[in-house]
Amino acid sequence: MTQRLPIGGRVDRTRTLRFTFDGVAMTGYQGDTLASALLANEVRIVGRSVDLGRPRGVFGIGSEEPNALVRVGDDPMLTATTVELYDGLAASGLAGKGRLDPGFADDARYDKAYLHCDVLVVGGGPAGLAAALAASESGARVILLDEQPELGGSLLGARERLDGRPAMDWVAAAEARLSGVQVFTRTTAVGYYDHNYVVAVERRTDHLADRPAHISRQRLWHFRAGRVILATGAHERSIAFPGNDRPGVMLASAARAYVNRYAVRPGTRAVVFTCADSAFAAGDDLRAAGVEIATIVDARRGETVTRTVAGPDGALAGVEIGGRIVECDLLAVCGGWNPTVHLFSQSQGRLRYDQNIHAFVPHLSAQAEQSVGACRGTYGTAACIEEGYAAGGSAGNFRIPVSDARHEQPPAALWTSGAQEEAFVDLQRDVTVADVARSIGAGMRSVEHVKRYTTAGTGADQGKTSGPGTVGVMSALLGADPGAVGTTTYRPPYVPISIALLAGRERGILSDPIRVTSMHASHVARGAVFEDVGQWKRPWYFPLDGESMDDAVLRECAAARTAVAAMDASTLGKIDIRGADVGVFLDRIYTNMYSTLAVGACRYGVMCTADGMVFDDGVTTRLAEERYLMTTTTGNAAAVLDWLEEWHQTEWPELDVSFVSVTDHWATVAVVGPRSRELVTSLGVPGDMPFMTYREVGLGGVAARVYRISFSGELAWELNVPWAYGRTLWETVLERGAVPYGTETMHVLRAEKGFPIVGQETDGTVTPQDLGMSWAVSKRKPDYVGKRSHARPDAMRADRKRLIGLFSAERLAEGAQLVTAAGMVGHVTSSYHSAALDRPFALALSRDAHGPMEAVWDTRRVPVEIVSSVFYDPENLVRDGSPSTWPVSHEGDWLLDRPVSALDAYRDRFAVAGADAVVRAREIPLAIMRETHGADPGEDAMRLGPEWWIGPAGDVDVSGQRTIVELTGPRARDVLITGCALDLDPRVFGVGAYVQTMLGRAQVILRRVDDDAYHVYVRSSFAGYLAEWLLDALAEWSHT
Amino acid sequence: MLLIRCPFCGPRDETEFHYGGQAEIAYPADPSALTDEEWAGYVYLRDNPRGWFHERWTHSAGCRTWFNVRRHTVTHEIAQ
Ligand SMILES: [Zn+2]
Repeated sequence: MTQRLPIGGRVDRTRTLRFTFDGVAMTGYQGDTLASALLANEVRIVGRSVDLGRPRGVFGIGSEEPNALVRVGDDPMLTATTVELYDGLAASGLAGKGRLDPGFADDARYDKAYLHCDVLVVGGGPAGLAAALAASESGARVILLDEQPELGGSLLGARERLDGRPAMDWVAAAEARLSGVQVFTRTTAVGYYDHNYVVAVERRTDHLADRPAHISRQRLWHFRAGRVILATGAHERSIAFPGNDRPGVMLASAARAYVNRYAVRPGTRAVVFTCADSAFAAGDDLRAAGVEIATIVDARRGETVTRTVAGPDGALAGVEIGGRIVECDLLAVCGGWNPTVHLFSQSQGRLRYDQNIHAFVPHLSAQAEQSVGACRGTYGTAACIEEGYAAGGSAGNFRIPVSDARHEQPPAALWTSGAQEEAFVDLQRDVTVADVARSIGAGMRSVEHVKRYTTAGTGADQGKTSGPGTVGVMSALLGADPGAVGTTTYRPPYVPISIALLAGRERGILSDPIRVTSMHASHVARGAVFEDVGQWKRPWYFPLDGESMDDAVLRECAAARTAVAAMDASTLGKIDIRGADVGVFLDRIYTNMYSTLAVGACRYGVMCTADGMVFDDGVTTRLAEERYLMTTTTGNAAAVLDWLEEWHQTEWPELDVSFVSVTDHWATVAVVGPRSRELVTSLGVPGDMPFMTYREVGLGGVAARVYRISFSGELAWELNVPWAYGRTLWETVLERGAVPYGTETMHVLRAEKGFPIVGQETDGTVTPQDLGMSWAVSKRKPDYVGKRSHARPDAMRADRKRLIGLFSAERLAEGAQLVTAAGMVGHVTSSYHSAALDRPFALALSRDAHGPMEAVWDTRRVPVEIVSSVFYDPENLVRDGSPSTWPVSHEGDWLLDRPVSALDAYRDRFAVAGADAVVRAREIPLAIMRETHGADPGEDAMRLGPEWWIGPAGDVDVSGQRTIVELTGPRARDVLITGCALDLDPRVFGVGAYVQTMLGRAQVILRRVDDDAYHVYVRSSFAGYLAEWLLDALAEWSHT
Repeated sequence: MLLIRCPFCGPRDETEFHYGGQAEIAYPADPSALTDEEWAGYVYLRDNPRGWFHERWTHSAGCRTWFNVRRHTVTHEIAQ
C-alpha cells in the first residue's frame, strides 16, 4: 500500500519517520512533507470542507494549499503541504477550520530580530538565486529568503536540465558562490511595508522531532533593505467545473513535483486538463513515474472536462469529457499561472492585467523594488535566471545556462467549464461559480463586494489559488476584461502566522516594561499589594496579616493623620531645568508665576495645553538662581519632557534653558504625619524648615535633597537620595517608626484635602478654573500656554462642570452619574471612606451644585449631599505640625553606607546565563555619570543630542539615572539584534560607536566598547525589565 | 514602519518618534489680540491634505530633537 517510487526524489530513504494521521500509524522519509507522506500512504481524503462538508484532499504543494488542513500536535490548523515530516508527528484532518483550545498555553519560545541589508532577495528559486549571486558579487550586503528547507524553488520539483546537467546541480553551484550572502531557509516573507521594511517568519525548530526548548521555535525577522528583489514565483491556478474539488483533483504542477521531488505518485491513472503548455511537462513526468496518462485534455483544442465523478468514498473516480466518462484517480489541472504578486502589491505597487499570459503582473513599483522571474510573468528557467542576474546588478559576470525545457506558448484564458453549481472558485471557502453568479445577479460589480458577499478569498490561504480565478469568473460572467474587474487588496500576512509569534518575547512579565523603584524589593518583602501606574509597579497598600484592603487603608490613613507614615514617592517625574531664562520659560509653561520664586522655595503649579485644559501639575522648586527642579505626575513624566522640549525648540529657541530627566536618579521617601518631624530630625533633617521650602542636606553621609511639601495636608517631608541609597533610606525611615502606605492611602489623604489628580479629576476637558484653582492661574502674566483659551466663551460658560465634594450614606462608585431634576449633570471622579471623617466622601465634576442630587450606577440610586471639596483641615492648621514637636536638628549617627544597584538581585542569574566564549552579561557597578547641555564637557563624554552630553564630567549628576549592563562574547550581537532595530553590522556600528535607541521596549544608550563587547545604559527603573529581557535572550546561548 | 531621518541621529524606525502635527503653525505673537475665531483657528484647525504634508516629529527615544518632515500622506514617501 504505497505510492512511493523505489528511486528518485529528494527524500532520504535511509531515514524512515513514523507518524500518525487520524490515529493511523504510517511511515515516511526524511525530506517528506506531511502531504507527500500522506499521498505515499494513499491517503486521498485529508479533511472536509468548511461549509459543505465535502471530502477534500491534497490539492497543491506549498503555502498555496487550500484543502489539506490538518491539526498537528497543539497547532490547531496547518496545511499538510507545509508541514515537514518528523519522527513521531501526530496529525489529524480538519473540517475546514481548526479549533483553538482556550485552555492551551503555548510555552514555546518566540522572538524577533532585526537586520539591515543593501539588497533583500525574496525567493530562492532560479531568479532569486541569480539575483542574490549577482548582487553579492557587486559588493552589496545581501540577504536571501526562501520558505522551503532548501533552495531551488520550482527546480526542486522539476526534471529540467540546465547545461545538460540536472537543474539542481546549477542550484548547488550557485549556492556554493553565495558565501557573502546571509541565507535564510524555512523563512517566509509575510509582509512588505513602507520604506522597504519586510517582515518574515523563520520556522527554526518546527521540523524537528525534539525541539530544543531554549531556541525560539519561530522568529519574526524585520528586514530594512536598500533594495528589494522579489522572486516569489507563480501559483498555478485551477479551472472551475463541477466537482473540481474532489480528492484526486490536483494542480498539475503539484502532481509533477510530488513525483519528482518526493518520489510519490499522487495517483495511478491520470487525466490532464489544461489550457497551458506547462501541464504537458507534468504529464511527461507523471508518465515517467509510472502513472498511466488516460488522456490530456487541452482546452485550446476545444475540449474540456465538464464534471468529475466520485467513487464511494467521495474521491475522484472519473471525469466527463465530451459527454463520456473517463476513469481516473488523478486529475492534474492547469488553468494557467498567476504571478505571486502579493508582496509587490503589499508594497503598494500597481498591477496590470497581461492579456498575453492572462494574469495580473507588476506594473509600477512604489518602492525601491524589482520583481524578477515568474512573479513578473516571465516564463522559462533561463529567462528567469537572466532577469535575476540583471536585477542583481552584475549581470556581465554570469553566463545564462541553456535549458532543455520546451519553449512554452502563452496559455489560453479558461476560467470555467460546465455547469455553475459545485464548480468551485474558492476551495477553502466553498465558493462556487453559482455563488459568484448570484452576487452579480444581486447587482454587485466590484470584486471587493463579490469577495465580501461570497467570502471568496477570505480563507486562511487568502485565495492564493482562487483569487484571480474569482476575477476571471466575474469577467466571464460580466463579459468584461479581467483587468477592468481588477483584484482585491493583497494584505499581510502572506501566510497565516500565530499571535504568539507576533508577541515574541513580549509575554508575561515582558509583555510591557515593568518599572520599579529602588525600594521595590523591600515593598515585595513587606507583602505590598501593587498597582500599575503607567508602567510602574507602585505599592497600592501594605496589608498586615489577614487584613483587608479597606482595613489596611484606614490604618495607613490614621497613621498619616495621627502619627507618622511613609510612602515611596520615587515615581514622580523629576526634571532638572537649568539656564538664565528658566524663570521666564516656566512663567510661560505654567499658569502661575515662577520667575519670582525665591531660591530654596517650592511652588505648586498647573500646566495647560493651548486649549486651556489641565495637562499636568506638580511642585517645582528653585534650587539656585538659574536652576529649578520640576516634578510631574507619575504617568506624564515623558510627555511633559516632550512638551518642554517642544516649546523650547519650536517656539522659544532664544531662551537659555535646558532639561535633564532625573526621575530615576533620585529616590524619594515621603515622610508624613504630626510625628514626622521627630523622625526626620533623627536622620539629620533640619526640623525648622518652613513649609514649601527646600534644603540640600547630608543624610547618613550622602548628599540629599529635602522638600518640605505635602500632598496630604499633614506636616510632611520628601527626602531624596540617589537611587543606590533609596532602599536603605526607606528601611531606615520604617525602622524609626513610620508606617508604610501606598497609593490608595495617598489618594484618600489628598482627596480629603480636595487636591485633584490629573487623569482622575481631569480628562482633557477640565480647566484649572473648573477645579476651583483660579488661585493657581496668574492674572498678572501677559501670557501663558492656555491663557487665551481661558478667555474663550466656552471656558467661561456658567454651566461648566466644576469640582465639588459629596457626602453620602455609603461609598459611591467612581464613574457614577450624578442626576438631578435637570437630568445628568456630572459624574463621581474619586470616592473613598475617610478614616479622619469616619464616613464615605467623594469628589465629583458637576455642572449643577444644587440638590437634590443622586449618584446612579448599575442599579443603584444613592442620594448625595453637595459639600465643599475640601473635607479636612480647610484652614491648613496642621501642615506645620505641633510646635511642641520642634526639636532642634541633630546629625543622625547613621550612615547610608551600602549602595544597592538596580541589578543587585540579578547578579547570580547573570552568572549562570549564557556561556563562556559565547556571550555573557554582567552589571558595570555604579559609574559616575553627569549630563551637560552645551559644550563638550570632555573626558570621553557621549554626545546624545546636538548639545546634550553624558560622561564622567558635566553639570547634572545623573549617576543613579542609568544602570549599565555589559554584554560580551562573539554572540553578543546576535542577542542585541533580537531587540534593537538599528543596523549593528560591525562594518556599520564600529568599536566606540554609540546610539540612543530602543532595546526590547526599553530606551537605552548602546555603546560598542570592543569587538565583542557592548555596554547598555538603561534607565534604572527599567533595569529589572531589561535584565529579564536579556536573560530570556541569553537562554538560547546558555546550552552551547 | 516608516523610516524617519532624525537630523541628528540619522534614519530610525517610526516607533522612536512622536508625531507633532502640522509644521509651521507659529504660536501667535500676541494671543490676546486675536478674536475667538482666530484663536480657535490656531488651537484647533489643521490642514489634512491628500498628498504632501509638512509635519513635525520629535525623536523622543533618542536625541529629543524636534524637526520638520515632508511626507506624502498617501504613499508615505518622505522627501529628503
Ligand atoms: Zn535623534
